Amino acid sequence: MAVRNIAMREAIRRALREEMQRDENVFVMGEEVAYWQGTHRVTRGFLEEFGERRVRDTPISEMAIGGLAVGAAMAGLRPVAEFMTINFAFLALDAIANHAAKVRYFFDGMFKVPLVYRAASGWGNQATASHSHAPEPIFAHFPGIFVGCPSNSLDAYGMLKTSIRDDNPVLFSESIALYPKPSPMPDDLDEDYLIPIGKGDIKRQGADVTLVAYARGVDWALQAARQLARDGVEAEVIDLRWLRPLDMALVYESFKKTNRCVIVEESLPMYSFGGEIAANLQERMFDYMDAPIKRVAAEDVPLPYSKDIELLALPNAQKVVDAVKEIL
Amino acid sequence: MVYSPTEMEDQTAVVDEGKAMDSPSKEMLLDWYRQMVLIRQFEETCHQLYEEKRITGVYLHLYSGHEASGVGSMAALRKSDHVITAYRDHGIALILGMDPKAVMAEMMGKKTGSSGGKGGSMHLASKDHNFWGGYAIVGGHLPLAAGIALEARYRGKDDVTMTYVGDGATNNGYFHESLNMSAIWELPVIWIIENNGYGMGTEVERASGQVELHRKAEAYGIKSFGRVDAQNALEVYAVASKAVEYARANGPAVIEHVTYRYRGHGVSDKQYDARDDMSAELKEWVERREPIKILRDCIESKYGDVGEILAKHEADAKRIVAESVAFAEASELPSSYQDLLQNTYVGSELVYKTDDSIGAGID
Repeated sequence: MAVRNIAMREAIRRALREEMQRDENVFVMGEEVAYWQGTHRVTRGFLEEFGERRVRDTPISEMAIGGLAVGAAMAGLRPVAEFMTINFAFLALDAIANHAAKVRYFFDGMFKVPLVYRAASGWGNQATASHSHAPEPIFAHFPGIFVGCPSNSLDAYGMLKTSIRDDNPVLFSESIALYPKPSPMPDDLDEDYLIPIGKGDIKRQGADVTLVAYARGVDWALQAARQLARDGVEAEVIDLRWLRPLDMALVYESFKKTNRCVIVEESLPMYSFGGEIAANLQERMFDYMDAPIKRVAAEDVPLPYSKDIELLALPNAQKVVDAVKEIL
Repeated sequence: MVYSPTEMEDQTAVVDEGKAMDSPSKEMLLDWYRQMVLIRQFEETCHQLYEEKRITGVYLHLYSGHEASGVGSMAALRKSDHVITAYRDHGIALILGMDPKAVMAEMMGKKTGSSGGKGGSMHLASKDHNFWGGYAIVGGHLPLAAGIALEARYRGKDDVTMTYVGDGATNNGYFHESLNMSAIWELPVIWIIENNGYGMGTEVERASGQVELHRKAEAYGIKSFGRVDAQNALEVYAVASKAVEYARANGPAVIEHVTYRYRGHGVSDKQYDARDDMSAELKEWVERREPIKILRDCIESKYGDVGEILAKHEADAKRIVAESVAFAEASELPSSYQDLLQNTYVGSELVYKTDDSIGAGID
């Protein structure tokens, strides 16, 4: 089977396009998605192929984008609503947390809300404080919605397809830094290649320490693992892929073998992904624990503009290596 | 105080009674009376049950005083049209024909409630009646309304979405964004602003730069059908009929219903007990602009002695509501862990679950 390196944005575009071809109820909406072909070029060519009915430019109205998708989904469509960046989804947090996630529950199962919110996430390129967030844990806080965060092209393809086909609301976070990054995808990939919601993946095998990550954190964990291997330390890298539901079974299996864990995330350290994983590990795996669980996250500050201090604030592979060495 | 009942008599839309479409039949008027006395009986019973702690919880927003607003406007809809509202939703549910037993059971948090006891007073809905629900965040339902209307446009149907929104919500970002979106996408929504003079305790003129709330439509290029005396079901119906016809063919419409709430924002408000000016204001509305009396006077002036039919509707309302209370009180409360968890998610084979998977809910 021929395998080619494909950028994550191309994989996402392919998945979205195929799902729109497959199901007439799927449509995309968001700022600049149609005439300007998508700020991140994910929806390039969509307007020409699917027309204005199914590729809908919105005004800069995140509250309405968030809520309109809920109503359309309840009524039987399958909206894929794009937030140009996840920072702007804060404006829609009420629609997401109070309505997308809760409508099914507070009407006791009367309605389904089969929608996907796509959002470009993460920091970089001196985007400054208000445009530099990886706040996926905020959205994963709320029962009723699923949260997906792919780390490579093939995962993005299979996870987005699953998200669109599932009858529950999904917040699908796409790391801006990973959009251009090529990774292997088979040429003759099955159009029904689906990655189940909540299923994590072992990206690298190892017996000495477990690195738990998602999205861009997986890159840092894999880089760190290669560096550690040169010193004879074999790290197992777990990509949880979904922040809700969390595939803790996969983490527990690995931890039973390695007895050590470092959690890697792009997001902020307080009330975080790292805190959640660590709490679950100590509750369920206390007897297997040989060292304190370490967390590598962004520094607890708003992100500055100036390059050098911006980088100081952020996680990287070296910080992961250092954390591992502290607990070996 | 925002509008006196007298001002309302002067300011509201002039209704063209000449058009046949705008003239409800005798049967319709009698049925409106039935609906309105049922709502009043239901709401006043809820109030009493709340005082007696037989309905518990914090929130109970009653439709007493608003009856003609919902009854007159929904009479302009057909069965395939959609309705959505905020938390003052009991009257809307009853007008659409939801079973009063299921509604009362929901007030009491029972398993037999329309939302299984999960939603309570503010979250009534019925898929069978195209009633997309009551919502508790001020303005939060407005983009949902636009989304429901989009589905009709998307599939080329001409069903409309009638959306009730309070005066207070017209100052909220959801209102502006949703109206604007409905305008540019030509969504068939009738935005009905139920202006009862107060957003919780704040008078309209202290909360809104534009106190003629329907004129906010102008900012988005949406057609306004003006301000209606919403204590008069016939006037409400006449304007709503035009707006619905317009929305079906063209896109969004706005109507401002001037009305008055008899029981404050919610039952926990004691404003009418605490302030003399408030109780005087309420008294004036009840004496001069009581919606049930206005409809009754209209029916009697048109059709003579219909007292027997009206009395039957009143007796039926008492019986139906009493039966709903008995049913609700005899119903079981949800109490198990299963009751707590179910319907958080739609069960799906695509969701990967193990004993150690957290955050996926249960089927």
